[in-house]
Amino acid sequence: MAQPLVKKDDDRDDEAEYSPFLGIEKGSVLQEARVFNDPQLDARKCSQVITKLLYLLNQGETFTKVEATEVFFAVTKLFQSKDMGLRRMVYLIIKEISPSADEVIIVTSSLMKDMNSKIDMYRANAIRVLCRITDGTLLAQIERYLKQAIVDKNPVVASAALISGIHLLQTNPEIVKRWSNEVQEAVQSRAALVQFHALALLHQIRQNDRLAVSKLVTSLTRGSIRSPLAQCLLIRYTSQVIRESGNNTQSGERPFYDYLESCLRHKSEMVIFEAARAITELNSVTSRELTPAITVLQLFLSSSKPVLRFAAVRTLNKVAMTHPMAVTNCNIDMESLISDQNRSIATLAITTLLKTGNESSVDRLMKQITNFMSDIADEFKIVVVEAIRSLCLKFPLKYRSLMNFLSNILREEGGFDYKKAIVDSIVILIRDIPDAKEAGLLHLCEFIEDCEFTYLSTQILHFLGIEGPKTSDPSKYIRYVYNRVHLENAVVRASAVSTLAKFGAVVDALKPRIFVLLRRCLFDSDDEVRDRATLYLNTLGDDGSVVETDKDVKDFLFGPFDIPLVNLETSLKNYDPSEEAFDIKSVPKEVKSQPLAEKKATGKKPTGLGAPPIGPASTADAYERMLSAIPECANFGKLFKSSAPVELTEAETEYAVNVVKHIFDRHVVFQYNCTNTIPEQLLEDVIVIVDASEADEFSEVFSKPLRSLPYDSPGQTFLAFEKPEGVPTVGKFSNVLKFIVKVVDPTNGEIEDDGVEDEYQLEDLEVVAADYVLKVGVSNFRNAWESLGPDCERVDEYGLGPRESLSEAVYTVINLLGLQPCEGTEEVPPNSRSHTCLLSGVFIGNVKVLVRLSFGLDGSKDVAMKLAVRSEDETVSDAIHEIVASG
Amino acid sequence: MASQGLCPSIKNILLLDSEGKRVAVKYYSDDWPTNNAKLAFEKFVFSKTMKSNARTEAEVTLLENNIIIYKFVQDLHFFVTGSDDENELILASVLQGFFDAVTLLLRSNVDKREALENLDLILLCLDEIVDGGMILETNGPLIAEKVTSHSLDADAPLSEQTLTQAWATAREHLTRTLLK
Repeated sequence: MAQPLVKKDDDRDDEAEYSPFLGIEKGSVLQEARVFNDPQLDARKCSQVITKLLYLLNQGETFTKVEATEVFFAVTKLFQSKDMGLRRMVYLIIKEISPSADEVIIVTSSLMKDMNSKIDMYRANAIRVLCRITDGTLLAQIERYLKQAIVDKNPVVASAALISGIHLLQTNPEIVKRWSNEVQEAVQSRAALVQFHALALLHQIRQNDRLAVSKLVTSLTRGSIRSPLAQCLLIRYTSQVIRESGNNTQSGERPFYDYLESCLRHKSEMVIFEAARAITELNSVTSRELTPAITVLQLFLSSSKPVLRFAAVRTLNKVAMTHPMAVTNCNIDMESLISDQNRSIATLAITTLLKTGNESSVDRLMKQITNFMSDIADEFKIVVVEAIRSLCLKFPLKYRSLMNFLSNILREEGGFDYKKAIVDSIVILIRDIPDAKEAGLLHLCEFIEDCEFTYLSTQILHFLGIEGPKTSDPSKYIRYVYNRVHLENAVVRASAVSTLAKFGAVVDALKPRIFVLLRRCLFDSDDEVRDRATLYLNTLGDDGSVVETDKDVKDFLFGPFDIPLVNLETSLKNYDPSEEAFDIKSVPKEVKSQPLAEKKATGKKPTGLGAPPIGPASTADAYERMLSAIPECANFGKLFKSSAPVELTEAETEYAVNVVKHIFDRHVVFQYNCTNTIPEQLLEDVIVIVDASEADEFSEVFSKPLRSLPYDSPGQTFLAFEKPEGVPTVGKFSNVLKFIVKVVDPTNGEIEDDGVEDEYQLEDLEVVAADYVLKVGVSNFRNAWESLGPDCERVDEYGLGPRESLSEAVYTVINLLGLQPCEGTEEVPPNSRSHTCLLSGVFIGNVKVLVRLSFGLDGSKDVAMKLAVRSEDETVSDAIHEIVASG
Repeated sequence: MASQGLCPSIKNILLLDSEGKRVAVKYYSDDWPTNNAKLAFEKFVFSKTMKSNARTEAEVTLLENNIIIYKFVQDLHFFVTGSDDENELILASVLQGFFDAVTLLLRSNVDKREALENLDLILLCLDEIVDGGMILETNGPLIAEKVTSHSLDADAPLSEQTLTQAWATAREHLTRTLLK
């Protein structure tokens, strides 16, 4: 408001034309509300004042308790007026003010009178108001009128009563449940909306009774529902019933599917779409079931209404995640949507195409996207970048054009989140596609030459330091890194110094040149940069001083920093500067549980790149670090594989436990992640007791209990077994959680001293053959297959018996073997009779394994499979066959 | 709003002007607990949609896990918000009902001034479309009829009624400016 005062007044006059509420003030309106008390009521004047009050509330103005009470009491006087317009406004403001329980009494009788009025509008509104403001006690008094109203011949009154019933069901279920008969009658109403409201209420009354819901659906799907909204509801209830009943596998027919399909021919688009969506969301939907739904959605794609196009493309996008082949028929319509005016639609179309596209269409698609990228908002661009990343992982051979695309958009304007998404994607591609590494690193180097985001620069420099030295020509990266020392701010400079040191440590040929560069950094203006340079010069052994062993240097530069920063901070604070140097080994490595409040504050940390080592490879790293901190695990050798967590408890139980299986060459370590969800308890000496009687080849080596497990702060306990070396030993383990419970007062955190020993039964855990196989993709399966040669090839055929579908059989075998599907072959095109699936991975003992699976449909449902395995070791090839034979 | 199970539910209905300021809004969900949160949401939605052309057909977008259907006329911006698993076409029918009803109530003079001068009708209209998140009625003419039924019953027909109201407002306005 830098304008002079006079000017402001002018503005006001201009605007005065626009708003009848100009210059309105709460105080004066409250004064005006005194007209409510006039003996001779001026209905219009009163209406105007109420409108003003409502305007104030609508603009976000609040009334104090006293003001609200005053207005409320004044408003109640207006029930004397016979003016219908005024009465409507009175209803409205009572709802807005929502009087307190003791005030409600004042209007109850007036409202109850209106509920029995001859005028429909009074009845309907009085019901809604009364039900909104009443508490349970009053409900018994008016219940009789409400039941009547539900079957009132005026649809507005019936709807008002039904809606009120839906709201009241939350607070007074036992009363509303008594209205079942009336509600059931209302379901048959001729009025569309009454039918809708009645159906909603009836379902909510019965929702906990599965059988009743099923009956309701069965009777209504035969067709007495006319209202489109009610039809949509019925579709939702039907799919819920289907979900809960499971598949009727005997006949192969899905119950109620016919009803859903018939809704696809309804005249209302709303219903057609609801049905199509319901079909696409069915559990393990088959391609035959999907086809009619996809067909109607495809028609919507070319509708003139944006909402229809959006709804259709959004649903197809979701289908493309699970059944990409089913959506390919829509690709032509989808491509025309890339130029859609509505950018949300265009983005969804692009990402769907990226999911369904095949290898040959990638180049054409990229050309279209390039034009499109310039005129969409950043958040849409991020979605596209993520879709391109997964496309690239699916078709590794296409990395060149996709990587080029990423580097091109990296050069264009964009915000931090967008740039970060691109950098993340490039990093992931470098990690997963070895061929893409050098090109990707150079793109990143070019990017940091002109990067405005310190965070991204430092992350990329760190990544360069790890990956750069391993490339064929590390020296070419040095220039990019050293340029940073000249041109950037202190944070980036310090990070560049670290990167230089890493090159020096790994590549001996570069060492002398790195020393020259590092020595120049000794004159930097910033402390941190100088300190780092000095430190690295010493560790790397500049000037022939005592050179630490090569391994120590590498550990220092590349090793994980396995001390929690919080612990280091406290130790450093406690350190007394004395003769004795600070010893980092004295810092405890165990993570102390943080107080709850603090935890919440840190809970929203950025994920992804935010985690210390760049790229998301960090879960494996984290496990490795955690295990190496356990002294007993030290001689187990290198960690081969860590499984995904397996839940051992149901959701929402007192204690949540899941387990991660860590596979070593001769050992297996179970890491039990326990969470205590009871605020009043503290668990101590938590341990899992395992019965390994069904796993006779395993023998327990050690167990590491968890000393204390406070509320909502997960902890781990470990258990290790020895097993025969290099063989995929399987077994079943039953688990019991044992601990000492101590009672905690959650208000002040006081803990009682006495604990009680207790046990908690967990679900069984199995170690299966797939645990010994690591998913590792290959970029070119044919080359890899040829290079392994036929020496250790084993081929055999299996009959898989009757299966639900070909894709289900493929999915089962892939899961059984635990190998990585290559080149998108895990997806079976709809209606195909045969399919070839390519898998690759690494077997325990670091043996590379490639598998070619050929499936064929024999007869109607029987699936036959030919399994060809190639590996570096014939025993491994045999082992893979054994997994299938026994699985 | 407590969970309505599988029932379609509306999170809010907004009527903003061409600068994104409130004309009339109604929230049915607890997603935006304070007035500031509400204002921030309105500003965000307005800025994300203002450049699009939603004058002939309703447009749609997905923002912060909400589906937002919107339509603009003159200097008025209509919005209906639902959660991202809602059927877009149901939300669109609510917007269409709101829009049709307002068009009828304002006698086709759909602009900000007219809307503010008949704010009582707009507020009643919102009240008749959705009750606590549940859809009450989506048929525009029916909504308009429910809003105006009192004046239809009364002696003065709707046209005169609004005209007299307009006169009254104008007169009141004049006195206020004179007294200032």
